Parts: sequence; C-alpha cells; structure tokens
Amino acid sequence: MTATVTRDPAAPPATPRRRVVVSGPARAAIGFASGALLLFALAPSALSDFRLSLLAKYLCLAMVAVGIGLAWGRGGLLTLGQGVFFGLGGYAMAMHMKLADAGPGELPDFMALYGQLDALPWWWRPFASPWFALPATVLLPMLVAFLLGSLVFRRRVRGAYFAILSQALAAALVIFLIGQQGTTGGTNGLTDFQGFFGYDLDDPVNQRMVYFIVAGGLLLLLALARQLMHSRYGELLVAVRDGEERVRFLGHNPATVKLVAYVVAAGMAGLAGALFVPAVGIINPALIGVVPSIEFVVGVAVGGRAVLLGPVLGAVAVAWARTSLSEEFPAAWTYLQGLLFVLVVAFLPGGLASLPALARRLRRTPRQEVGT
Amino acid sequence: MLAGHARRRRTAGALAVLLTATLALAGCGSKTGQNTAAAGASVDTSGDTVKVGLLNSLSGTMAISEVTVRDAILLAVEEINAAGGVLGKKIEPIGEDGASDWPTFAEKAEKLIKENGVAAVFGCWTSASRKAVKPVFEANKSLLFYPVQYEGLEQSPYIFYTGATTNQQIVPGLDYLKSQGKTSVYLVGSDYVFPRTANKIIKAYAQANGMTVLGEDYAPLGSTEFGTIVNKVKAAKAAAVFNTLNGDSNVAFFKEYKSAGLTAASTPVVSVSIAEEEVKSIGTQYLADQLTAWNYYQTTPGAANEKFVAAYKAKYGADKPTSDPMEAAYVSVHLWKAMVEKAGSFDVEKVKAAADGVTYEAPEGLVTVDGATQHIHKTARIGKVDASGLITEVWNSGGPLKPDPYLKGYPWATGLS
Repeated sequence: MTATVTRDPAAPPATPRRRVVVSGPARAAIGFASGALLLFALAPSALSDFRLSLLAKYLCLAMVAVGIGLAWGRGGLLTLGQGVFFGLGGYAMAMHMKLADAGPGELPDFMALYGQLDALPWWWRPFASPWFALPATVLLPMLVAFLLGSLVFRRRVRGAYFAILSQALAAALVIFLIGQQGTTGGTNGLTDFQGFFGYDLDDPVNQRMVYFIVAGGLLLLLALARQLMHSRYGELLVAVRDGEERVRFLGHNPATVKLVAYVVAAGMAGLAGALFVPAVGIINPALIGVVPSIEFVVGVAVGGRAVLLGPVLGAVAVAWARTSLSEEFPAAWTYLQGLLFVLVVAFLPGGLASLPALARRLRRTPRQEVGT
Repeated sequence: MLAGHARRRRTAGALAVLLTATLALAGCGSKTGQNTAAAGASVDTSGDTVKVGLLNSLSGTMAISEVTVRDAILLAVEEINAAGGVLGKKIEPIGEDGASDWPTFAEKAEKLIKENGVAAVFGCWTSASRKAVKPVFEANKSLLFYPVQYEGLEQSPYIFYTGATTNQQIVPGLDYLKSQGKTSVYLVGSDYVFPRTANKIIKAYAQANGMTVLGEDYAPLGSTEFGTIVNKVKAAKAAAVFNTLNGDSNVAFFKEYKSAGLTAASTPVVSVSIAEEEVKSIGTQYLADQLTAWNYYQTTPGAANEKFVAAYKAKYGADKPTSDPMEAAYVSVHLWKAMVEKAGSFDVEKVKAAADGVTYEAPEGLVTVDGATQHIHKTARIGKVDASGLITEVWNSGGPLKPDPYLKGYPWATGLS
C-alpha cells in the first residue's frame, strides 16, 4: 500500500511545474483558481446546454469520489457502499422537491397513483420544509455513517469485512425502497420534478444555474479535502492506514480517526446525491445499489486514489468515457469500457493522476542518456 | 505554525470568492412562470433525411427483449425507406443504448432530442424507463412512441402508447377467467411498478366481480427462487394464477409450478409478459396449454401479418419468432409516418394535432389512434401456448377496444387513479 503513496499530493496536474520554488499553499491556490476558471468560465462557454448538464452529472459523481479518495485513498477504508449515502442525500432532496411540486397539503403524484394513501406518511412530513430537507441531505448520511462506523470501527472490523458490510447496507436500502413502492416510488424512484426552490427546472437558464451550484460544491469539497489531508489529522489518517497498531501504541484511537474520514465521506456523498437530483432529474434504486457503489470506487481507482485530484479526474473520465463510448458504439461499449479498466489497472496502477509523473520520468530518462 | 495563520486566511479568502462567484452565477436563474427561453425540440429537417431516435436496452437484463423491438423498428424503417420515405425524406435511424438503466434512458433521450434533432423517438420497455424519460420529452416538447403493454394510469401529451393499456389486456384476461368459471385467483409478480399496479387493478376487479384474491406475492426482478410461492399457490387451492413475472423469473416459476404437480388443466396461469420469444427460452414443456393475454400473436390471421412475419424472418432468420411488443413497435413507426403525412409536416405539435383517427392496417388488424388519450384501439386476444412453442388464439374481443388508460368506463375502478 505504501507504494502508491504520493508524498506530494497537493500538486494538481493542471499546475505547470517551474524551476521557481512555489510553496505548497500557493500552488494549491493556483490549482484552485485554474480549476475555478475551467469550471466557471471555460466549460460553460465551450459546451452546449446538453453537454453542460452532462458535466453537472459527472461533477456530482466526482463529489462522491472526493469522499472516497479521503476514506479509501488516505484512510484505507474500502467504502464499497457509498451509494447508500448518495441515495440518502438524493432521496432527501427529491422528497422535498416532490412535496414542493405538489403544494402544501397535497400528495406527490406517484403516491396517489401507487400508494392509495389518504395522508402523507409521517416520515415524509418534515421534508416539506427546506430548513429540514436541505441540512438533512448532508446530516442524514453522516448520521447513518456515524452509527455504522462507530459500531464497526470500535469492534476492529476492517478490510474485506468492512467492504462487505457496506455493500450489504446498499443492498438493504435498495430492497427497502423497491418494496415500499407506495411511499418511495419503487423501482421508478422519484422523477418528474417541475421546480427547484421556485425555479423552473425545464428552463435552460436554470439548468445552467444548477451546473454552477454543482461546480461550486465540488470546489468546496476539494478545498475541504485538501485542508483535511494537510492537517495533523490527515497525517494521522495515513498513519492509521499504513500501520494501525503502531498508531494505537502511540496513544491515538484509530477507530475515531477512521470514523471521521468515513463520516466526512458520507456527507460528501450525501451532498452529491442532493445536487444530482436537480441536475439529472431522477433518483432511483438503480443509482444507489451495489453496482453503482462499486462503480464509484472503480472511478476513484482509475483516477488514482491517494492524490487529491485523482478521484475527481477518474470519476469524470469514467463517466465521460461511458457516455461517449456508448454514443459511438451503442452495441459494444460495455466491452470497451471493461477493456479500459483492465488497461488502466494493469499498466497505470497509480491511476490517471500518475500520468504526469510517468511522463516526467520518461522525459528525464533520454535526457540523461544524451548527457553521458 | 507561523504560516498556518496566513494559510488559513488565504483559504478563507478563496472560499469567500468561490461562494460569491457561485451565488452570482447561480442567481441569474429565472423563476417559475418566467420561462422565456421556450424550450422546445427543433426537428432537424435540413438534410434530405429525417432523423428518428431508437432508444432500447442493448446491454443489461432487458437487452434480450428490447433488441427484438429494435429489430422490428429497423424493419419498419427499411420498408418505409424502400417505399420512398416520409414526405420525400428517407428516415435516418440513430440508435442509443438505454443499458437497462433508467437514468441512462433519460440521458440518451435528451441527447437524441437536443444533439441529433430527431423527429421522434421509438423505444423504452419497462415502466421505470418510461417514467424516467417522460419529463425529458415533456420539457423538450418532443415525441416518444412507447410500444409495450403497460399498467395504464398515464397520459403524457408527448408520448404515444402503441402497446395495450389495462382495459385492452388485463381486464379482458380477467373477463376470460370469469367466463371460464374461475372464481379465485392467486397473484404472482415481479417486484416493480407494473406488477404492483396491475395487481391493484386486479384486486379492484375481483372485488366487484365476485372473485376472491387468495394471495399476492412478489419476487425481486431476476429472482429464481419460487419454491415458497408455488407452495403457497398450491396450498391456497386457487382456481387460477395471474402472472406478472418478468424475464428469467418465469423459467424458474414454471419449472417449480410443474414439479409441484400444478397443470394448465387444474390451475391455469394467465401471463401478461410471456410472448413467443419468452416461450422459446422458458421451454414449451413447462408452458404447454398455459394462457397468455396480448393483442397480437405470430399466428394471428391476416395478410398484413403474413407479410410482417415473412419480412421479419427474411431479415433476421427463420427461427426468429415475432411477438406483441415487436409488432407494436413496428406499427408505431408506420403510425408515425401516417401522422406526419396527414399533418404534412414533421413539426411535433402539428403531428400531435393530426394524430386523432389515423389508422394503419397492422399485423394485429386495423388500429386507430385515439387523439384524446394518444393510445390506440387494439383487439384483445387470449392465447394458449401450443406444443410447437407458438401461441394460438382461444378468444378475442371481436374488434378493437377503445383505449381507457384510467379505466373511467369501469365503475369498480373509481378510486384507483
């Protein structure tokens, strides 16, 4: 595991390397600014409305990836069930939007259709208020992660057992949602949203607005992840990953360290799910079950899990490849996607984020030969 | 830690800038009711072809069924192009893979409309995929032709439903059971929207018609564990079973059913999702003499069907059967052509306005578009699986039934929608 640690995770690949020594924080600021420029100025002017809304979707997936990068890349927690937290955030937001569409006192359309209910179920009621629903999109996933995490980490459940447990949670949530069709929309999930806090979602101008919110959210999460990684806590997290027993002997409690990373990652996935709903217009069990949970992790692995920007690159690259491959080769794209994963894992174990370093190494080698 | 303060201040500054930028850019939105951009599909009619979208699952669990639907759509496109196209333009089909994943359906639908400027989209199978794309077609004011029987209780202004709604399939199936003197049924279905909604309708029907529903069980999509359910059916001594299972689950269910000693003679099963293609994969020995409810069978008599079956087998192979959803998809392309020609334009609103009363001599018989509901008049047919794996008709409704997606014409159905 130590082999994949990059000791200089702050260097975003976008930043040009100069001879001049630039301090870590300054480099981060430059990277942050160029990222903001790319997302806020370049992308909206270069992409059509449709492509921009796709990018919004990719960025939502990237937000989940930032959390996985922290928990798995830095903390060594193989979080194979992030779909749960993504789903909790998404459903919390979707429930609020459905209730807002229906109007006060009215039932959402699907409930009247499938549920044969006379009144709103009690657990739907608080979501009518944005003051409850909005914080809930982040806090609810964090609460669930806290409960599960404090249970398993204290009992020193780790590795494959932890991964299996997170998967089981994802599977259980999906079964619950499908079974309760009358109150959750079943396999259909929640879809057909009209408005987003009073803004008409069909309007391209507002779709653009949603994109900006998503882009801002991603940058915010990246900043948060960077601060965490560079703090004392970040050092401790890596230490727990690489030698949990040693950290324990030094007097720290590894369970707490892991718990924090897990809860933060869950909150990030929750925020991603909440923004995914207005950006894409649907949340359903197929988006949060076992398979999508694995796909989140695959994206992070492709990008490079131990570097700050790796997960973001990976998530966006995988989602983008999925779209463009399936558009070009509707019949064969699944094979191509599989091939791509195999190639990256086999020949680029550090993920896409290790490409610049690899290129530098390749460039340096011939120069040395010329010199001698 | 001296640098720490400066760093923290800088970070806070950067975050403040970010927040302001996000809010400033996001604040440019327009409130509900101020939609000035008038989002609407622009059909690309610039070239000498007109594009249509084909949106089916080519991968994933639904691929086995949906690929046959795409084949049927392509056959119709080929026939129309050979006859000169629509309004002098050849049809250019653009295929996308829905990948058995509902949000992907929505993404691809949007791509076909916005990037390709298609005049109409043909496809979708599961109700979940239709529900996922419905807002996309409505927001972009573009047309979807949906070719599969479904649970009713829907009427989107931008969807044409060419498969059966409940009063053209499920209700006739129940009427048939009643006419055979079956007074109790057991409901078995896959756990998703169509079976659950269909069973809600069946229960309302049963209550009004003196039938008893002895049990209702759901298996997860793709489940192959039916021992318990079949035992419950047997213990309940039901006179008949109404089956809304989908896909592979049927194989396991019918094997278990046979090994439990239940037969078509003692306890017939009426299935609404088993067509010729599925009969082939389940195995005729397990399905012999069981009942199905559809609007079309490969054996349906008539010149139009003979032509369709021959053309399909010539294109895709003699061993390929034709089935109801394939026929409905094939018909949908021809109906769209007739609507466009009646309207004299590819413009979506004009096509919609011209739709009412458009007819087509389909393999299943004459079909007529009902403009008010955007469904079509279809003949209901109950069939029996024969030893050769085909389905032969044992009863039909005598003529096309008017579509009634909300079952307004049935007093027992009030309160369902």
